[in-house]
Amino acid sequence: MIWDNAFAISILPILLQGLWTTVHITVVGTLLAAGLGLVFAVLRRLAIPVLSKVIAFLVVFVRGTPLLVQAYVAFFVLPSYGISFDALTTGIVVIGVNYSAYMAEVYRSGIQGVSKGQWEAATALSLPGTRTWGRIVLPQAIRTVVPMLGNYLIQMFKDSAVLSAITVVELMATAQAIGSSNFRYLEPLTLAALLFLAVSYPASRLVNRLERRYAPQH
Amino acid sequence: MRPSTEPQPRTSGVALPPDPIIRFENVSKNWGTNHVLKSLNFDVAPGEKVSIIGPSGSGKTTILRILMTLETPSEGKVTVDGDTLWDVSLGQKVRETRQLRETRKKIGMVFQQFNLFPHMTAMENIIEAPIHVLGMNKAEARERAAELLNLVGLGKHMNHTPPQMSGGQQQRVAIARALAMRPKVLLFDEPTSALDPELIGEVLNVIRNLAHTTDMTMLMVTHEMRFAEEISDRVVMFDNGAAVESGPPAQIFKDPQQERTRSFLRAVLQH
Repeated sequence: MIWDNAFAISILPILLQGLWTTVHITVVGTLLAAGLGLVFAVLRRLAIPVLSKVIAFLVVFVRGTPLLVQAYVAFFVLPSYGISFDALTTGIVVIGVNYSAYMAEVYRSGIQGVSKGQWEAATALSLPGTRTWGRIVLPQAIRTVVPMLGNYLIQMFKDSAVLSAITVVELMATAQAIGSSNFRYLEPLTLAALLFLAVSYPASRLVNRLERRYAPQH
Repeated sequence: MRPSTEPQPRTSGVALPPDPIIRFENVSKNWGTNHVLKSLNFDVAPGEKVSIIGPSGSGKTTILRILMTLETPSEGKVTVDGDTLWDVSLGQKVRETRQLRETRKKIGMVFQQFNLFPHMTAMENIIEAPIHVLGMNKAEARERAAELLNLVGLGKHMNHTPPQMSGGQQQRVAIARALAMRPKVLLFDEPTSALDPELIGEVLNVIRNLAHTTDMTMLMVTHEMRFAEEISDRVVMFDNGAAVESGPPAQIFKDPQQERTRSFLRAVLQH
């Protein structure tokens, strides 16, 4: 198979649309995962009797099963039980919840890294719990885990290709569709790979910079 | 031993010494089979400056930590300024009651490791609790914080964060932070033990100044014997979870009655 430049250029606009969807999934999915993961991590640390167990189970379940299976169940099985959304929304929620389980662990390590003395100083000043978490513990915890969260963002960007299995027309699905309808896979798949790289490489450079910036201060 | 656990009548007609501001009644603390405090009875009078000395592991720091509600006593009762802080006979429910939170506001603590919030400036460290616990408005809190920073000699460092300051400076900010809550009782847990030798003096000066100029009750665990001798109204020698000897500094340091006190002082004052 020989590279066809004219064909490659002709499919680029559609691929860029796919890339846009992939970026959309990644941004919204990461926001969801980062928010939900933080809530999970804090709730687990608060050791609320039943809730903490439920969250612990959820984290184990999500981390222990393939993302593809979770996406399938959410998109093809849950509608039989009356829970039904379009493919994109379902995809974003599934990938967001999936990554929230990993991010919860990241936050947990960050929270554990905050010294006992910080909690004790907050107690000695009678600071209310919300203030202790919001102003003292989490700013320090999150600061140290920002680079790790960034790495998960890049990973999610690539992982979102899995959602092509549930008919989300992101970059990978677009490339495959072009390939099968034109019987030419070389150009769309190569371009898809380059487009993934064009976003993920600068992103990982950025994460490296964040790593240096947010390195522990002492 | 006091005869009962009934509240002490506070309106007795007879002239009595002032009610203690801190009272430990039969307080024990166990870590498994390790008895850190053994049925301790210990009173501190309002305004009194008390130093607690003794070997490591003798339970001195535990006294402060129970007062600051950082540890739960295993047995006994602790009252502060007439309010119950801990009463183990009432069961585990004593933990984090409204009463405990209210009583705790009367107490401040200066830690061995300073425990400043490293991501906040000196000013922010000091105004955090006055604003969010005492409900002070921001301008008032900042004004008071600036006064306190001047008091500890750090007026020019209000916008510095802890990593930009020396240990001695950090500890002085920590003292200002504790003072900003206007505590009736201020606890010092080995406040100079984590400092380089040349930085100890500046912190001791601040504490000395407080001891001489305020009527705050001060309770200090320290290894600085000469300092304890100089500023304390009373020195208590601790060993093995119990108060071995208690008295004015002149007596404890010049004429200790207990052999344990003598041997401890010989060991620490030797060098």
